[in-house]
Amino acid sequence: MKKAVEIKGLSFSYSDNEILKNLSFSVPEGEFFIIIGPNGSGKTTLMKIIAGILNPQKGGIQILDRPLKEYTRKDLAKTIALVPQMAALDFPFTVTELVLMGRSPHLSMLGFEQEKDMEIARNAMALTGIDQLAHRTLDQLSGGECQRVFIARAICQEPKIILLDEPTASLDLAHQVKVMDLMEKLKKEIGFTVIVVSHDVNLAAMYGSHLLLLNAGIIASLGKPKDVLTCHMLEKTYNCNLLVDESPVGSFPRVTLVPQSYNRALNNL
Amino acid sequence: MKHKTPFVLKRIMVVSLLLLLLLLITMLIGISMGSTGNRVKAVLQSLFGEGGTDSMLDTIVWQIRFPRVLLAALVGATLSLGGLVFQALLRNPLAEPYILGISGGSAIGAIIGILAGLSRFPGVSFTAFLGSIATLVLLLMMSSGQSILKKNTLLLSGVMVNAFCSAIIMFLVSMTQNAKLHNIIFWLMGDLSMSDIGQVGILAATLLPCFIIIFLYSHSMNLLLMGNEMAQTMGVNISSVTTILLVTTSFMVSSTVCHCGLLGFVGLVMPHLLRLILGSDHRVLVPACILGGGAYMVLCDLLARLLPQQGEMPAGVITAMIGAPLFIYLLKRSKR
Repeated sequence: MKKAVEIKGLSFSYSDNEILKNLSFSVPEGEFFIIIGPNGSGKTTLMKIIAGILNPQKGGIQILDRPLKEYTRKDLAKTIALVPQMAALDFPFTVTELVLMGRSPHLSMLGFEQEKDMEIARNAMALTGIDQLAHRTLDQLSGGECQRVFIARAICQEPKIILLDEPTASLDLAHQVKVMDLMEKLKKEIGFTVIVVSHDVNLAAMYGSHLLLLNAGIIASLGKPKDVLTCHMLEKTYNCNLLVDESPVGSFPRVTLVPQSYNRALNNL
Repeated sequence: MKHKTPFVLKRIMVVSLLLLLLLLITMLIGISMGSTGNRVKAVLQSLFGEGGTDSMLDTIVWQIRFPRVLLAALVGATLSLGGLVFQALLRNPLAEPYILGISGGSAIGAIIGILAGLSRFPGVSFTAFLGSIATLVLLLMMSSGQSILKKNTLLLSGVMVNAFCSAIIMFLVSMTQNAKLHNIIFWLMGDLSMSDIGQVGILAATLLPCFIIIFLYSHSMNLLLMGNEMAQTMGVNISSVTTILLVTTSFMVSSTVCHCGLLGFVGLVMPHLLRLILGSDHRVLVPACILGGGAYMVLCDLLARLLPQQGEMPAGVITAMIGAPLFIYLLKRSKR
């Protein structure tokens, strides 16, 4: 199987501060790949490197079996789309305008869109369930709606790989599940490779086909959710007490936080 | 459905045509009215070469009013467009064309020129232009390499350059004798009275390519508003786009500032005004700012010519006196 992303010996540092240390891993095509890890472990940096925003000092990256460095900006934009963390916009674009911006790598410099591009945008909006909002401006939307607008924009880019940076960070429970369900649907129906950076280990357990656990810039663990999310590994990485058992819903692990006052109860289990 | 026609091109053409019409009407009014009489019909005849009976009117129209109105339109267009570009580049709604220190630099240049007793053109214009280009070079050197892309570095550098320049301006002003002080204050307030058709023609020829370059990058500006990183992932080469827009705009603004001094407020208000009415798409806003900004400045200059009983008022006074209340009114209305 083709590899969507292949990383070999990747290191990255901001001046003296080494963020990523000699990482090597690959993401097969059509995966739901989730990168988890504590604050400051280098998750977002890793995502920015894959998106071509940051240049690593050392190591090789291949996107779909072609070195990242050989891609032009436009080629890369046709291959990888990024859904940012909730972005505040001072300039009120309408939903349609914003979704259509995803077409720009496929268009000329002035981005004049044809009927075909409108069609793609309409499909993307229908797929993400925002077709009712087409003429609203972004500042009139809720956080969950905004998130879906940016996902529709990413779909419009017609990439092979979609990167999402903390897509559930500011959403309520229902919207968290909706966004992740949507990404799973897109993976299945369109065949995207989905790579997500997330803080939420439980969502990662439910949706990820493979997880990468980063800690202080190195790979702590890589594999299927039930192999990565072990109590021992998580406690060591996050440095806190946890309880890991199997979810009553399905065959994936469930991680429960344990407040300090319940530590004794945990020992008695 | 509001967006029945998906083609943004159609929208650009409709908006441009309407605003072009507005600009032409204001220019016609600007040429027709003045302290020597308001004769629209005679002026029209003179413009289309059918008159010939009134040679004094011909002279006034062709050698005094026409170049002045044209200069006003060009300056209004440039400043509005400059404000629009800087608001997008710095992703800051408070940005205006002078924000990166162009005003300070050119003012120092102009004041030195006035103090040295140079003629208004080409002497003072030239020193003012040198001053603003010097600040641009200084700014690019200060934020060289990657940091030009960090909008706050650029913004803060500009604010510092401006602050430093105002200190020097005040220093120079406080050392000046009365006779030249009036000239300096008029220059600082912005003044369109010095215009002949040759100068204005050269200015127009300089500005037109700048307008075209900026329009070509208008869609890139849309993408830049998503933030540098997002723009990159949508295929924009941000460092080249930022540099081209920055240099083109600064050059364009410098070329007008050296002709007419510091006309404030147009560059801040017009982009906002048009954005409130037309939305955020820069492919529409760039031509709208050029035409609408031009029309606004022609009107303000007309008022500046007509209002005072003795002498003239700097047009910069009018642009702010009308612009600020109008802007607040529109802002309140749109927040409803």
